[in-house]
Amino acid sequence: MNMPTSNLLLVIVLATAVAYLLGRLRSQQIAKPLGGVRHLATLPNYYASLVGLWAFIPAMLLVLCWTVFDGVIISSLVKSVLPAEAKSLPSNELSLVLSQITNTASGITDLSTLGEEYQPAVNRLLFLNNISHKSMPILAIVVLILGFLIGYRAIDAKHNARYAVERIFNIGLLICSSIAIFTTLGIILSVIFESLRFFEKVPFFDFVFGTHWSPQIAIRADQEGASGSFGVIPLIAGTMLISLIALSIAVPAGLMSAIYLSEYASTRVRNIVKPMLEILAGVPTVVYGFFAALTVAPAIRTYGDQLRDWGASNDIQWLANLAVSSESALAAGMVMGIMIIPFVSSLSDDVINAVPQSLRDGSLGLGSTKSETIKRVIFPAALPGIVGGVLLAASRAIGETMIVVMAAGLAANLTINPLEAVTTVTVQIVTLLVGDQEFDSAKTLAAFALGLFLFVITLALNVIALKVVKKYREQYD
Amino acid sequence: MTDSQVNNVDRKAKLLKKRYAAESRFKWYGRISVGFGIACVLFLFTDIISKGVGAFTQTYINFEIEFDESVLGVDATSSPAEIKSASFGSFFKKQLRAAYPGAKSRKEKSQLYAIFSSDMPLILRNMVLADPTILGTRKSISMIADDDTDVYYKHGYGNDSNIGRLSDFQKIIVNEMISNGALEKRFNTLFFSNADSREPELAGIKGALVGSLLTLMVTLLLSFPIAVATAIYLEEFAPKNKFTDFIEVNINNLAAVPSVIFGLLGLAVFINFFGMPRSVPLIGGFVLTLMTLPTIIISSRAAIKSVPPSIRQAAMGMGASKVQTVIHHVLPLALPGMLTGTIIGMAQALGETAPLLMIGMVAFIVDVPGAVTDSATVLPVQIFLWSDSPERAFVEKTSAAIMVLLAFLILMNSLAVWLRKRLERRW
Amino acid sequence: MSSETLEDRYQTVGSPLLEDPKMRIRSVDVSYANNQAIFDVNLDIGKNQVISMIGPSGCGKSTFLRCLNRMNDTIDICKVTGQILLDDEDIYSKNLDVVELRARVGMVFQKPNPFPKSIYENVAYGARIHGLTDNKVQLDELVEGSLIKCGLWKEVQDRLEEPATGLSGGQQQRLCIARAIAVNPEVILMDEPCSALDPIATATVEELISELSENFTIAIVTHSMQQAARVSQRTAYFHLGKLIEVNDTSQVFTNPEHALTEEYITGRIG
Repeated sequence: MNMPTSNLLLVIVLATAVAYLLGRLRSQQIAKPLGGVRHLATLPNYYASLVGLWAFIPAMLLVLCWTVFDGVIISSLVKSVLPAEAKSLPSNELSLVLSQITNTASGITDLSTLGEEYQPAVNRLLFLNNISHKSMPILAIVVLILGFLIGYRAIDAKHNARYAVERIFNIGLLICSSIAIFTTLGIILSVIFESLRFFEKVPFFDFVFGTHWSPQIAIRADQEGASGSFGVIPLIAGTMLISLIALSIAVPAGLMSAIYLSEYASTRVRNIVKPMLEILAGVPTVVYGFFAALTVAPAIRTYGDQLRDWGASNDIQWLANLAVSSESALAAGMVMGIMIIPFVSSLSDDVINAVPQSLRDGSLGLGSTKSETIKRVIFPAALPGIVGGVLLAASRAIGETMIVVMAAGLAANLTINPLEAVTTVTVQIVTLLVGDQEFDSAKTLAAFALGLFLFVITLALNVIALKVVKKYREQYD
Repeated sequence: MTDSQVNNVDRKAKLLKKRYAAESRFKWYGRISVGFGIACVLFLFTDIISKGVGAFTQTYINFEIEFDESVLGVDATSSPAEIKSASFGSFFKKQLRAAYPGAKSRKEKSQLYAIFSSDMPLILRNMVLADPTILGTRKSISMIADDDTDVYYKHGYGNDSNIGRLSDFQKIIVNEMISNGALEKRFNTLFFSNADSREPELAGIKGALVGSLLTLMVTLLLSFPIAVATAIYLEEFAPKNKFTDFIEVNINNLAAVPSVIFGLLGLAVFINFFGMPRSVPLIGGFVLTLMTLPTIIISSRAAIKSVPPSIRQAAMGMGASKVQTVIHHVLPLALPGMLTGTIIGMAQALGETAPLLMIGMVAFIVDVPGAVTDSATVLPVQIFLWSDSPERAFVEKTSAAIMVLLAFLILMNSLAVWLRKRLERRW
Repeated sequence: MSSETLEDRYQTVGSPLLEDPKMRIRSVDVSYANNQAIFDVNLDIGKNQVISMIGPSGCGKSTFLRCLNRMNDTIDICKVTGQILLDDEDIYSKNLDVVELRARVGMVFQKPNPFPKSIYENVAYGARIHGLTDNKVQLDELVEGSLIKCGLWKEVQDRLEEPATGLSGGQQQRLCIARAIAVNPEVILMDEPCSALDPIATATVEELISELSENFTIAIVTHSMQQAARVSQRTAYFHLGKLIEVNDTSQVFTNPEHALTEEYITGRIG
């Protein structure tokens, strides 16, 4: 029996439904001589569900384990019939040989690329795969029927199936809740393991304190300077520069709009303007990237060139030397700033509204104007919350990817001139990983080291920001 | 009144004036900030729309073709295989040369061919395949114009500015065609019915749209049940202990992790560790599920919290078990709120690009995917890919694809707002 | 046990215990985290009788009532010790299914809390989850019977499929009572069932309680002494978590034994 997994899953689901119906019929049969459903310990639905679960869960577990471990077990069995010289290979070359065997078995490459001595291994692989594919559906269905029989025979008027069903329900909920933990764990483990492998190839201090970043050299292993240089400082500087530009636009604009909308604007204006600003938050980042790369950056360049010409004709030396890169940090930063405005404004809005009305009344009652109340009373009171909001916005800016990928370019310049091209951590992660690479080259692994760096920074910013905001909230609760 | 008193009153009046000036200045800062935000929204939208609206029309060239049986070497009785092997390329070129004898040199000839889409011979072949009786007849056919012709006709023709990449020779021919009325603009159905292509005039968003749909479907099927289960567990069943706190901290932190990190996770775990295939909507859906889970969980919890405790008490007082109380009463009442959160999460997933780049959904794919395990790309990635292409026509296509994407997002968000207004119960 | 709590021991006056009661409550203490709310209550609840529990706000009468069908289980920090027997069966025993208990000991709450479903579904809900009927005909009969018993049938028979939340407050509360008796419980607990109702609706519900007492054992918490006098055969007076006095209702209101009861009855505390 040979069946694709998706069909097998469908069969299992259908069989479960049949098991449910049979369980329901059976429990009603049992109930009839007793005088009706009320003489059962619980409702027929619960007996039926339990039968269904008996059929479903073991079969699904089998399929799941089989799919996960199938490849590992087969390849370890194949290894045992490899020629002696192949067995002694280091692990990464061995895995290469194994993938070649897989390719040969599936007919992609010819046996000649490997050599005749690998014939037994290829045959073995084909044989094992064949067994695996045929036996899994059979075994799964056998397990399903066995589970069904156990559940079916356990139906009993005195036995309360509800307890078991509700316990399984509870366990299911707990498992779903744990996915959040597994995700975090997965992120941490994957970036840490790959980063450790990276630091085996590139010394940790060269990475952290290096001022030169050019991973692109490592194209072929035998090339001169194949190791590339992986100094992260220019990337951090570029990230900071762009984030700073973004924040210097988003923080004043976002904060002042929040203040204006919550303290001055009429309800009507607020109801129109607020959703309009929220639109900015809903626009996908790739759209901002397009906007930055094709509209803002060329505009900045044009204006820069005009300024330079004007400076040259009026003999203003520093203007005449103005050079605007077509992928300037300014363009990416400005657009990123626009993107973050609604984020800052909604956070500030929450924070400002949390300041008790009594403080406002107290200040206004003394005869201060609205702006004085805002500047002298509300703003200082809300400051910790605003700082928290700015930190969250900074973490957003640092982690933002598409705008910088499309508008900031790849040149790892160590500069604070916003008109030059810089690159960021996220840009490099994307550039290093897009396309087909060997998974254990320093180039790919470097992306994970950058990922680790990014994860730690944004996590730290978030934790601090949430702490600050929480402290601030408690103050007024 | 003494002098000092006058001075005092004077000073007070001046101070007051200053204070009011500061007040109105402050108010203006606010107005300017709000105005800046709104201006950005308007500018962004007008910029994209003005760039992209052209892509919704396509230039066609009406051209009379003589399906000459002798040139093609096939007739109405030929088998499909024979028709397929006939040289439609040279047939088409010959027709063009006959119609525009001005093209003399090799260069001019190839420029003449380039006025039309390079797919025209194929399209002609398919026409003959579909209906071999047209062989031997003369027929006026609307031909797809090449993207350069298209750009010239839409934007450059009649202007002084030198838009597009048509050579002077090509311009002469195209101008002649225009004056003959051979060129016409029509609604661009190719844009919606074709997948990606290297030729801008043939490139469409269908492949990306279907890819997005498949990816979103996987995301929805996984994230909705998991998020609802998590929210129910945390709100209704979880004991107050360290483990529960740990889950909550994890969810809150995941909500703030940059999306590109989820791409790294997908690459390292799904593709590298479990050996799953690259570029497929299934894996894209997995990654986006992990990414959108926190959003949906947080809003689902809020929805569950808003169900009043009296309902739970009523059910428990009747002898409903905790599970029955939740499934029969809490869940149906919280569902609208949960759906709203889910739609917003899906909108977020639909616009996401970076993590999908990492798991290889960035490949150039000309086929419309048919299953979640086919290689595919998604709409935002298509936008990214096209925005990198040098042809001017692709700028138009990119903007149009953005317009389609934004239309979907606006639709989804309106749906969420409508759902919230319509179904959410006020207690 | 510390000496302080020994000194705090007290004796309920009157006649808290009965021959052959429906429920026996023995040495029950209830505490929320570190605050004790109920101290050493001993009380019997007679079969097919109405017992009312009165006392000043915060005296613990509602907390006590909620112990009787373990509704306090839903509050994590609430801890109940002592023994509560329903027909000689310990309701806090580990083997007892709390869901079955609540089917036997129903509850009506202070504020009417119909489910946001149809009137029919509200009454049918208990029968559905407890599997009391085998088919639609039986269920229809049960719903009709319960609504007739609560005097609601005439008012709602034409709009059974309309949402229950559209009923008036008094109707909603009677619906909640109908919903409770549809499960055919042995005991019905009522936690200030009329406090959210107007006087006319109150009168209807009180009449209903008197009628129901023929078939059901009812324990009612009320802060209206007149109501206690009107509907109940026995009255228990609670003060600061202690059960001060239990006697026949007529005696409590005409000739209270304990000084605290008298002060409450005459309006000096309350």
